[in-house]
Amino acid sequence: MSGPRRAFWAVLILIALGLPFIDRNSAHISAYVDTGYIVLLALGLNIIVGYTGLLALGFAAFYAVGAYTYAFFASPQFGMHVSFWLMLAGGGAVSALFGVLLGAPTLRLRGDYLAIVTLGFGEIVPQLLQNLDKYTGGPDGIASIDQPRLFGFSFGFNPVPYYYVCLAVLAISLWLLNNLRHSRLGRAWMAIREDELAAAHMGINTTATKLLAFAMGSAFAGLAGVLLAGKYGAVSPSGFDFNTSIMILAAIVLGGMGNLTGVFVGGIIIGLLNSLLLPQASNLMHALGRFTHIPVLQAVDLNQYRFMVYGGILVLVMLFRPEGLIPSATRRAELRVQHHDAVVTGAGAEHMAAQEPVV
Amino acid sequence: MALLSLREVSKSFGGLIAVKELSLDVEPGSIVSLIGPNGAGKSTVFNLITGIYEPTHGDVVFAGRRLNGLKPNAVCAAGIMRTFQNIRLFAFMTVLENVMVGQHARLKAAVWDGALHTRFASNEDKAADRKAMELLEFVGLEAYTSFWARNLPYGMQRRLEIARALAGEPQLLLLDEPAAGTNPAEKDALMQLVRSIRDRGVTILLIEHDMRLVMGISDEVHVLDYGEKIAQGPPQAVRRNPRVIEAYLGKGA
Repeated sequence: MSGPRRAFWAVLILIALGLPFIDRNSAHISAYVDTGYIVLLALGLNIIVGYTGLLALGFAAFYAVGAYTYAFFASPQFGMHVSFWLMLAGGGAVSALFGVLLGAPTLRLRGDYLAIVTLGFGEIVPQLLQNLDKYTGGPDGIASIDQPRLFGFSFGFNPVPYYYVCLAVLAISLWLLNNLRHSRLGRAWMAIREDELAAAHMGINTTATKLLAFAMGSAFAGLAGVLLAGKYGAVSPSGFDFNTSIMILAAIVLGGMGNLTGVFVGGIIIGLLNSLLLPQASNLMHALGRFTHIPVLQAVDLNQYRFMVYGGILVLVMLFRPEGLIPSATRRAELRVQHHDAVVTGAGAEHMAAQEPVV
Repeated sequence: MALLSLREVSKSFGGLIAVKELSLDVEPGSIVSLIGPNGAGKSTVFNLITGIYEPTHGDVVFAGRRLNGLKPNAVCAAGIMRTFQNIRLFAFMTVLENVMVGQHARLKAAVWDGALHTRFASNEDKAADRKAMELLEFVGLEAYTSFWARNLPYGMQRRLEIARALAGEPQLLLLDEPAAGTNPAEKDALMQLVRSIRDRGVTILLIEHDMRLVMGISDEVHVLDYGEKIAQGPPQAVRRNPRVIEAYLGKGA
């Protein structure tokens, strides 16, 4: 890890650890926690889309699977009360299983076709949750979910303990993912992204490797789902719709697909926008409206325009920085190829060397 | 005993017979060439050996083991590696990473080894890194390890494909037109490279159009035309075979 990069992460860790002491507003802290969940989702989707190159659209479905798994096992719904910490692993595992179930029939599909099938899955899951009301509570969802306890202390609705749990999960996830990226499996994922047939001839079992990408990516989403259900003590289908899938995709496109730092930053930006900045901006508008006596401003709810904002971000990113804010060296090259499509000639070519940033 | 035997292998696509009752033996330690006009079925033969296609009839036997129906990754694990007629490198991975992917079947680190970065995975990766460097030196690309594969000039890409294939420690190496698009100087270097690969103990089956190269390095040549073998033998004999001349040049007036 280079000096500046080390400094960047050191500062980031310090800020992250101290944030609840700097900003004591509990609504804000709660928003930071929700942002952390978005980051976790983005890290998971990045395995599938960024590393392995499989465009999966209905990712929020796996988020739902994790959340409802915890809701089923730790609420009065079925009278079960399994420990939150056990279910962190359990929810991840069930989501991974669903990842494999979805992955298996779609393995022969690529590109647009895979996108459409995963989109369909993303629509089916919320529909099932809405209509199997005997088990899922229908549109109202499941309430009174157990909140996490640690050493006899219940987390309740105080966001601070959730904040630190989320931080710990994120730190471990980043460590695991950075290891994976530079491992035999990580190289196999990228080889499949680059050329699946050639990858198979290098001895890579492409079927198993793609399934593993689906399983591991989905496990992260399941983990985020359990965390979410524990924090709010309630789940309902509306939080896992297509818009949520697109939001996660927007985060990794904005940050830079295939690059951990980029995906992390993209997740934070989209997450903060979603859970902190837009609601705040609405309040600001209302105040401005009262001050200037303009009724339109007083009534405006910027949350309604969330997806216009994400869409706008995507359009701007694609126009001005298609490789994302902090791209992997690979993506940058792929998208900027036409500008410096040259062939190596002798000694002057060092600048063309790929320097994949190491997290 | 032959390292690779095709026994009356046929492959048809619907009504089209791409390869017809082809028998062919490759002795260990030899360089065998497969030549023929365009569309003769040479690349189909490679695809039959490496598991992209399954023979309609006949058997592919490698080191005493029947390969029919194995997937490409299993064929690779059995000890056969290949290059492609149209270069198929991992374009946006580095030169070094390309060669490390080539070692995939020989590395044993499991998922958790990689995820937890265990001592085993870390040692294995270091060894893989050293081996990749050694192979890149062997093909003369040691100065380009951190380049993306796609940024290399064409001739070097061909060499990188060979290094990547060698990384899988094959007993048999299939080279699909390695000299295509290279200049005369590069061809001479390539001929030298193929010989030194054989001297490392790797048996070579080669598809090539460049006759000077084929005649210069082959121990045996097989000629295909319309999916059928029309001649086989040492290069000098094949070159004078009237059926071969006819296949390439057409019937004389």
